[in-house]
Amino acid sequence: MSKENAAYRDVNENPCNMCMPMGAILPFKGVEKAMVIMHGSQGCATYMRRHIAEHFNEPIDVASSSMNEKDTVHGGEPNLKKGLANIIKLYQPAVIGVLTTCLAETIGEDIDRIAGKFLRENGLDLPIVTVPTPGYGGRHTEGYFLAMKKIVESLARPTEGHGKINVLVPHLSPADLREIKRILHLMDIEYTLFPDFSDTLDRPFEKPYKKIPDGGTRLADIAAMPGAIATIEIGVTLDERSSAGHYLAEKFGVPLHQVPIPTGLEFTDGFLKLLQQLTGRDIPASLVMERGRLLDCMIDAHKYNFQGRSVIFGEPDQVYAHSQFCMENGIYPVVAATGSKNDKLAALLSELFTDCPHEAAILTQTDFARIRAVSANGAANIAIGHSDGRYLEEREGIPLVRVGFPIHDRVGGQRLLSVGYAGTTMFLDRITNTLLEHKYRNYRQSMYDQFYQDTENCRSECAEGRGDENELYCS
Amino acid sequence: MRDTERLEAAIEERKDSIQTKGKQKQQLKCDTNSVAGCVSQRACVYCGARVVLNPVTDAIHLVHGPIGCASYTWDIRGSLTSGSDLYRFSFSTDLQEMDVIFGGEKKLARAIDGLVEKYQPKLIFVYSTCIVGVIGDDLEAVCKAAARRHGIEVIPVQSSGFIGNKSAGYRAACDALLKLIKPAENEQISKNNTINYLGDFNLAGEVWIIKDYLQRMGLALNVAFTGDSNYETLKTATKASLNIVQCAGSMIYLANQMKEIYDIPYHNVSFLGLEDTSDSLRRIARTYNDLEIMRRTEELIKAETAAVAPLLARYREKLRGKKAAIYVGGGFKAISLIKQFREIGIDVVMIGTQTGRQEEYDTINDLVDDGTVILDDANPSELERFMVEKGAHLLVGGVKERPLAYKLGIAFIDHNHDRKHPLSGYVGAVNFAQEVYSTVCSPVWKYTGEGGGLDEQRKCCLS
Ligand code: SF4
Ligand code: SF4
Repeated sequence: MSKENAAYRDVNENPCNMCMPMGAILPFKGVEKAMVIMHGSQGCATYMRRHIAEHFNEPIDVASSSMNEKDTVHGGEPNLKKGLANIIKLYQPAVIGVLTTCLAETIGEDIDRIAGKFLRENGLDLPIVTVPTPGYGGRHTEGYFLAMKKIVESLARPTEGHGKINVLVPHLSPADLREIKRILHLMDIEYTLFPDFSDTLDRPFEKPYKKIPDGGTRLADIAAMPGAIATIEIGVTLDERSSAGHYLAEKFGVPLHQVPIPTGLEFTDGFLKLLQQLTGRDIPASLVMERGRLLDCMIDAHKYNFQGRSVIFGEPDQVYAHSQFCMENGIYPVVAATGSKNDKLAALLSELFTDCPHEAAILTQTDFARIRAVSANGAANIAIGHSDGRYLEEREGIPLVRVGFPIHDRVGGQRLLSVGYAGTTMFLDRITNTLLEHKYRNYRQSMYDQFYQDTENCRSECAEGRGDENELYCS
Repeated sequence: MRDTERLEAAIEERKDSIQTKGKQKQQLKCDTNSVAGCVSQRACVYCGARVVLNPVTDAIHLVHGPIGCASYTWDIRGSLTSGSDLYRFSFSTDLQEMDVIFGGEKKLARAIDGLVEKYQPKLIFVYSTCIVGVIGDDLEAVCKAAARRHGIEVIPVQSSGFIGNKSAGYRAACDALLKLIKPAENEQISKNNTINYLGDFNLAGEVWIIKDYLQRMGLALNVAFTGDSNYETLKTATKASLNIVQCAGSMIYLANQMKEIYDIPYHNVSFLGLEDTSDSLRRIARTYNDLEIMRRTEELIKAETAAVAPLLARYREKLRGKKAAIYVGGGFKAISLIKQFREIGIDVVMIGTQTGRQEEYDTINDLVDDGTVILDDANPSELERFMVEKGAHLLVGGVKERPLAYKLGIAFIDHNHDRKHPLSGYVGAVNFAQEVYSTVCSPVWKYTGEGGGLDEQRKCCLS
């Protein structure tokens, strides 16, 4: 296994990640009646809204304190306060997230102090959750987890023990979140899923339009998280310092279990076994059937899959789960890559790839230029990740199976399902079919290129072998 | 106007930026900073600069700043190229915490060195982003030194986001272009009879369409700013004898500068819609005072109009009486759209822009009917209210506005930089009508409006 960690590079060529505040917006979208404001210049908020809106096909309202040149010199306090007042008027939120951008952090804005002052001055009793998210402080994944932790930190209250389980989820699709909830229902488990953007970022068409959509984890449920019997944090590559699960364990003694994203047979097994162990509930027959169906699907497709040489990229935990899933199905990875700096992922992958029959490169803090070079070198023939990977498809002819965020050049990113047995089955079908499609499109030509003899030779062979009328087929 | 009043009450500072034609006397307030917390749809200076310069095909576009700014702008435009496609790559210095503390100049210099070695470009644009302005990197100096080191042009684009809005970015881009087209000290400019075409970014080949028209008129396009342009062609810009300016919002400044410095006169043109296209072509032809050119122009207009008129008539028939809402970036586009909608029988009931200028709003006010809501730098709440209140059937806007329209059950037209079909010229007019038809007359709306619910009586196979 080759490992590469370009800790310091001068140029990022075709980025494989987004910036920290963008990731931090998402958990807030999964909290009931929450609204977000970014402290900094207007442009950042607009870009991120566009990026998120195009993926989910949902209106994404994110305010900005719209700092200009003058505010940059004199401090943005008046802007942020005015911004907070205005979003309260326009949106009547139950909780507000304040995120920073590069600009606000660089000039040293103290959002905690400003938010506190704003509340005091207006005599308001409204939770404001501040998250320091300079774009250069981390990638979007780090922003996502940090926002989760900050939300729990500011909303969780000491609570009497209750029988629920906290389920903390990473950046998955709304369809994935619905599937996790379905599994929990099937097992008759009481839970608090956080963040829950399964409805807010994939809302049904309904009238009248609501500025803040219904749904999201309830504030009261977040407050009561310390009383849960356990926390399941889906995510094994995140930093302890930005782990909401760690916080709940340390501060309130809620036992923490970190598990990988339940994609693939083994990781779904592990997830269900953990649920069983924590609650004593049986795994219901319907889920056992789904497992059987996944196995059936894996067998049906195993020979096609064995021809796959994958390049896997995206957020660290997804890369880990997808790598495992590819290993299970013989779609052996040529490259596994993420834009984040993440040593945990690198360690997990090198262990995972010990069974890989060929060299699999592990790239962290990387960009698409690098991924492209390594994929081409390793003759990858299937790419698995978000839609920026279309670059690999366009430039190297490696077909792309879209999963993750963002998906900008196809519809339905919010409905892509890839967790649990049922989700894995659908995901595997998508991959196998992409391999097949590619094969059907190319095999005639490639066989021709490989085996077809030049006309002279062929003609004489035909004439010898099968008589004159067959010449037709050869010339 | 109950809703208008409510909104005005909600955000006092937005009051003067919203008006209803025929009701208010004072001028609409525009060209100001966005109000904090109002969820403006505006983009930043860098965004404006990038829109204008990005279509330069063989340039390296290097964003000096943290990763996000570059990440959100990687290959998101529909500008096409007939040559190099280096412009479709995204390069960033990906500034980290340490760079922010100690400065990013050295990193930038090394980045340029690396890129020159890998790609041997003749031209590099270096865009500054917000924090570059704050940490005090001397972009000019680094670019100058790099240019000297490598013997190529390395042009800084002063596009720190917070120094203004998108329009400031257009200006920063124009300044960069002026630097680029400036002839060398002792170079003699020999004028020829060609035309520069300013403010077309060759989305879905729009520059090529106009180039063809000009050729058929007996004229030649010199270079477009900046659709499908490159280092070599831009270098010839000062030789042209006429500039035609389509997207005035982004390019009028450049046109004025070129007039002053290089004595190249300009015309404002618009190739959106039949009427504007024909008018513009005639205006160009007239400048040359050449009967043959005029004849060929009339011939072209006649042939093209005849080809598309019946198609447009068919769409007009289907679309008559529908009402449109418009929310786009600049005033030029908004004005053209009013006329284009008129050509297909649609009235405009709400219209706004992110960065329209005062004189553009005056024109808009003249063009629309009484009762039309006009607004500058609108936010989603305002768009929602006025579209619903005015009973709009469709919205024209960008990516961010699309989901809002759909959630309200309103049809939508993409009028942004990543579209995949041309809207210019005669063919564009038909495309536009067709797109309007395909969204306004889609059967889906049957199920979203009155009588479309689950309990409503519709076809039932059992009865
Ligand atoms: S990297 Fe920083 S400046 Fe750029 S978009 Fe993200 S927060 Fe804004
Ligand atoms: S940091 Fe500045 S330049 Fe970059 S996206 Fe934000 S506003 Fe624009």
